[in-house]
Amino acid sequence: MTPALRIISPGLSTTVQDLGRHGHQRLGVSVGGALDPVSFRAANALVGNPGNTGALEAIYVGPSLAIDADDARLSFVGADASIEILETADANAGETIAPMRSVRLRRGQVVRVGSIKNGAVLYVAVEGGFAIEPVLGSVATDGRGRMGGWHGRPLSDGDVLPLRRAAATERDECRLEGFDLIAPHRIRVVLGPQNDCFSADEIGRFFSSEYTVTAGSNRMGMRLEGATIRHRNGFNIVSDAIATGSVQVPGNGRPIILLADHQTTGGYPKIATVISADLPAVGRLPIGSKISFTPVTLEQAAAARRELCAALDAIDDKIVRLSPPPAAVAARLTACNLISGVCDAAA
Amino acid sequence: MLDYRVLPAGDTALVIEFGDRIDRTLSAAVLALAQALDTERVTGIVETVPTFRSLLVHYEPLVLSAASLTALIDDYVRELRVKEVIGRVWHLPVCYDPHFGIDLDDVALRTSLTSKQIVERHSAPVYHVYMLGFLPGQAYMGEVAAELALDRRASPRTSIPAGSLAIAGRMSCVFPLETPCGWQVIGRCPVPLWDPLRAAALLAPADKVMFVPVSAREYDTLRTRAAEGVLRVEPVSEFVGAVA
Repeated sequence: MTPALRIISPGLSTTVQDLGRHGHQRLGVSVGGALDPVSFRAANALVGNPGNTGALEAIYVGPSLAIDADDARLSFVGADASIEILETADANAGETIAPMRSVRLRRGQVVRVGSIKNGAVLYVAVEGGFAIEPVLGSVATDGRGRMGGWHGRPLSDGDVLPLRRAAATERDECRLEGFDLIAPHRIRVVLGPQNDCFSADEIGRFFSSEYTVTAGSNRMGMRLEGATIRHRNGFNIVSDAIATGSVQVPGNGRPIILLADHQTTGGYPKIATVISADLPAVGRLPIGSKISFTPVTLEQAAAARRELCAALDAIDDKIVRLSPPPAAVAARLTACNLISGVCDAAA
Repeated sequence: MLDYRVLPAGDTALVIEFGDRIDRTLSAAVLALAQALDTERVTGIVETVPTFRSLLVHYEPLVLSAASLTALIDDYVRELRVKEVIGRVWHLPVCYDPHFGIDLDDVALRTSLTSKQIVERHSAPVYHVYMLGFLPGQAYMGEVAAELALDRRASPRTSIPAGSLAIAGRMSCVFPLETPCGWQVIGRCPVPLWDPLRAAALLAPADKVMFVPVSAREYDTLRTRAAEGVLRVEPVSEFVGAVA
């Protein structure tokens, strides 16, 4: 039987993602990919995968997954979530673990990820990855283009995702230590490309105002509530291409940060663009987050990008072996006949 | 030398903007620069995205700085006086039956033209493909006759079927996939403009397109062949156009 992860319940919107489908925007193909590529890479690192291996991205409510393989190693990285390991799909309760670690699961066991808190996304990586054919070099799910990932759509009940490995490798489980996912309150942007559609006063208002992430947000765009920004001469421009992180201001004056699944071209003025180093943090912002924007130069943005690259390279250094649970330690020590020896010595 | 501006779109993309309007001269300059950069395979350039009036150049700033890229672009634009853009000429069948052209009545009302006149006016021009965008394989084609130029619908439809042919302003598009849409739908094209299996677009910027009206019966025949994967649509010719 093909080793697989079976979806018992998909959560709110769980998709297969990687680092995106680059090089085809001229065909109208969105880049897509993980909203928070830092957490995504860390999830892969925890199970020993190359950084761009396809993993599951859960938003707000996680999935329930059954192991249809001899055994499998999974990792969970992202916002807080209760992760419950059940012995069978029918079990009422099981062992609860925290995210930021790997875990080895046997055939028939079920992992139930609950609601995701203090962040928008959680990544579930599996050792070896999914046996899914890339489309245009990527397994990222393109919902609008209906391609990539699992049949070009979010997962649903009963989906059976084939795995590349039939069993986990023999090794200790790991966790991340000192891996900080706190999102900054101030998001750094480079002004433009269409800042000349706005007066100096309106640009000033954009930078001095606090914005709240609203429930209308999705993988295409983060809709913000706060001070509305007026256009100098109307809000229709001749369509041009969109870079991820662009802050477009439609007719209602409410800014939208364009995220991974944004369409390739559009006709609203873009007042500023989030720098590449801050995109992962923006991607993990949950509804209700308060943010503001601060302008930086291209040189500052490049320095920040260099820092992010260094941080990504350092993920492996933050992976430590998970100490086995106390009961297991006691059992192993007893087996080695060390505890009684120690007690004897103390007496 | 062509007039243009370089605008940052964040720290990993630059907009090379030749103007702010839909114009074939601007389009030719954009497409010529795109071809020149793509042919050269400049280290540090990730991809280019041509649009009506600008080229978005995605780059890796830790390999190629914005200042170096700007200088490089300037050299290229200097050389752009006469470039040849190779395009293909396509004849695309369209069924303008009201069953598919769900907004024909509305367009007739707003333009004071009959359905027959709308079809005649829409299928008369040779359209220029300015760019692909919005959906995979979706080509923006112009110009629609001035008499047919209408604003978008006040309330966009939540869904129109794949293959819908629609107009807005002086533009016409065949929507390759089912999608929400605010444009006026006037017909349907049986030829798939996006091949999901090969992940390939039929049309490319600089191509020329003529719409050939077909009956509902012919549409069904073509649609069936397309569904069976045996509908082969080839360009009727190639042309080399002098631009910029």
